[in-house]
Amino acid sequence: MGRKAAADGPFTQIWKFFSSVKLTVVLLLTLAVTSIFGTLIPQMGNPAQYVAKYGEFLYRLFSLLNLFDMYHSWWFRLLIMLLTANIVVCSIDRLSSLWKIVFTKKPRFNPKQFHKVPTQVDFKMDAPLEKVRDTYASYLAKAFHYSRVEPSGKGVCIYAEKGRWTRLGVYIVHLSVVLLLVGGLIGSLFGFEGFVNIGEGDTVDHIRLRPGNQVQALGFSIRCDDFDVSFYDSGAPKEYRSTLTILEDGKKVLTRDIIVNRPLRYRGINIFQASYGTLPSNSVKLRFTDRASGMVYQVRAVIGKPVALPENRGTLVINRYNPSSEFRGHPIGEAFEATLKIKGKPDQEILLPLRFPSFDKMRRGDLVIAVAGFDQRYYTGLQVTRDPGVPVVYAGFIIMIAGCFITFFLCHERVCVELVPAGDKTRVTVMGTSNKNKFGMRRKVAHLGEKLSRLKT
Amino acid sequence: MTSSTILSIVTFVYGLAAFLYLAGWVFEKPLAGRMGTWTSVIGAAGNAAGIILRWVESYRMGIGHAPLSNLYESLVFFSCVLAIIYLVVEWRTGSRVISAFTAPLACLAMAYASLSPNISDRIQPLIPALKSNWLIAHVITCFIGYAAFAVAFGLSIMYLFKQEGDDAGQEGLSARLPSRAVLDELSHRMVMFGFLFLTTGIITGAVWANSAWGRYWGWDPKETWSLITWFIYATLLHARLMRGWHGKRIAVLSIVGFMAVMFTYFGVNLLPGLHSYGAVG
Ligand code: HEM
Repeated sequence: MGRKAAADGPFTQIWKFFSSVKLTVVLLLTLAVTSIFGTLIPQMGNPAQYVAKYGEFLYRLFSLLNLFDMYHSWWFRLLIMLLTANIVVCSIDRLSSLWKIVFTKKPRFNPKQFHKVPTQVDFKMDAPLEKVRDTYASYLAKAFHYSRVEPSGKGVCIYAEKGRWTRLGVYIVHLSVVLLLVGGLIGSLFGFEGFVNIGEGDTVDHIRLRPGNQVQALGFSIRCDDFDVSFYDSGAPKEYRSTLTILEDGKKVLTRDIIVNRPLRYRGINIFQASYGTLPSNSVKLRFTDRASGMVYQVRAVIGKPVALPENRGTLVINRYNPSSEFRGHPIGEAFEATLKIKGKPDQEILLPLRFPSFDKMRRGDLVIAVAGFDQRYYTGLQVTRDPGVPVVYAGFIIMIAGCFITFFLCHERVCVELVPAGDKTRVTVMGTSNKNKFGMRRKVAHLGEKLSRLKT
Repeated sequence: MTSSTILSIVTFVYGLAAFLYLAGWVFEKPLAGRMGTWTSVIGAAGNAAGIILRWVESYRMGIGHAPLSNLYESLVFFSCVLAIIYLVVEWRTGSRVISAFTAPLACLAMAYASLSPNISDRIQPLIPALKSNWLIAHVITCFIGYAAFAVAFGLSIMYLFKQEGDDAGQEGLSARLPSRAVLDELSHRMVMFGFLFLTTGIITGAVWANSAWGRYWGWDPKETWSLITWFIYATLLHARLMRGWHGKRIAVLSIVGFMAVMFTYFGVNLLPGLHSYGAVG
């Protein structure tokens, strides 16, 4: 500041460019307008859908402009970087001169400044000047942060002020914006976001990252001991609850329940309840019916492990669970696929649909095999994130709110009470200015005048 | 009487208040204006009573939660805050004309909540994602902000309606409006008040998102639109600092800002993509 335009070097020119509030207005409006695109075009969808929706040409154009992931595009990031440079340069530029105003031992007052302000309060006090001066000086010293008495042309002036530091409020807001951006940057460089599904009873030590689906090791293991979902009478979900155990080198470290809005945080990694689903259990209750004798046998079979058939006929192995099975082109829903090994006969592949217990009769074997019971087990879907930038962002949040409050609702108030002798009485003029909220200051000056006129001298 | 009944009556009370204020302004009848004030006080009291009763009702149903969990409840809360703010502005400025421009908004919001077939006034149990104290802080702060912006919007409309120059040379409706300087200053105060609360609202929303899903910002349309709104009002605050950007342009920006608020509130549901199960309003 204060440099001559003619002598401006390139550095000064760049500095000037970035210290202008005009640039701020342009950047903020550009961010507002461009952000709209990302809400009109679904983000990070798949190309085929985009082509179907917008046609080949628009698809090409939009992808050229990165509109399908615009908030991470180079040009959007550039806008944010320009805004950051704008804030930093502008703040440094102004702060140096403001600093001197805020951190001075002896603030400067100029009586002329006060006389310019339209609202003033005038009244007469029924006491000599010295007495009025002393009473007022001690009152103002208490009511304000700083005050002093100075002789003026016709009498004396008492100056007082408070809230000088509130002039820094704007810089606190601007600092908070920078903190948010820095926190976001830390998060995107050193954090990750992923997910993992864990069946009840299972343990995992890695997750899949989003986007990209890469594997990320956790450095510890998570076991899902239990998952529960409860419902309201209306059928709406009431609570999703997972009981998780953290294991380090196979040793139990802690067990906790998590629900939505109450995640588990462990070693900087946050584990959130995100979704759930069902997995087939690995054991099935089977029923064998002997056609000849009518005898019924119940057996529990573990998938992949052979079970003995009644009366030493042979073995059966359940190979796998198929949630949407077909028989000769007809969908038959959930079914188990099994291999039947009867002594003296070739191995036979059979289907055991859950919905049709007598399905196996069609095979016309000596035994009719059916699924008698099959418990599904839940898996819990966990969102797993790490974001070391969060503390910085939260600090930014707090000081942004504090800074906005200071900037908007507190101000630097200065008053001047001029005392002029009028015979054995004293003429009092109360004047005040503030760096903002002119109307509020008028009210305050009127109020102060009222107070002062009632003081006993 | 149930809370829904009370709240539908409140709609008409606000309507009557708006009518009285308008009559007081247009026909220069101070009595009508004064009646408008008392009608508004009754409306706001009924509005608040309806909110509290609804809270109690939800506990009686065994699904107790603060009545801030869906579009209906947020609109009702918005109207209540709006009425309180315009009554305070009226009391502080001594001008009832301002309320003639803001009371209709409270009536419209309540009418939309009570009468629109798309909005259910049933008390519903909270789904898991909404069970968070951050949600309550989020809704309260956002809607205080929105209500302040609504008042700023009313003031900006008045600013554009008001003719230039001093009151002496004016006659008719415009002369009975406060001076442009007063309107500009008041509107600025409202924008600052709203900006503080919008900022806090976005922040509490971010903290809530972080506690529910592990990310404080995800660029979904609702979040993005609240940020767009924030950018517009930040633009307004800075534009005032530039030479030549006073008065009319600021009033226009404030109107644009309020349009963005409305879109964040209602329009986002029309956009592709979902605000998933976090949809509040
Ligand atoms: C998103 C980013 C920003 C936010 C949220 C923000 C916020 C604010 C707020 C709340 C005020 C107070 C306005 C008032 O008193 O009415 C302010 C003032 C100001 N801002 Fe920003 N600002 C941002 C970016 C910038 C940038 C990039 C610049 C760079 C030039 C800038 C320069 C200023 C200046 C010079 C003031 C006035 C200071 C004064 O009154 O002495 N702001 N800002």
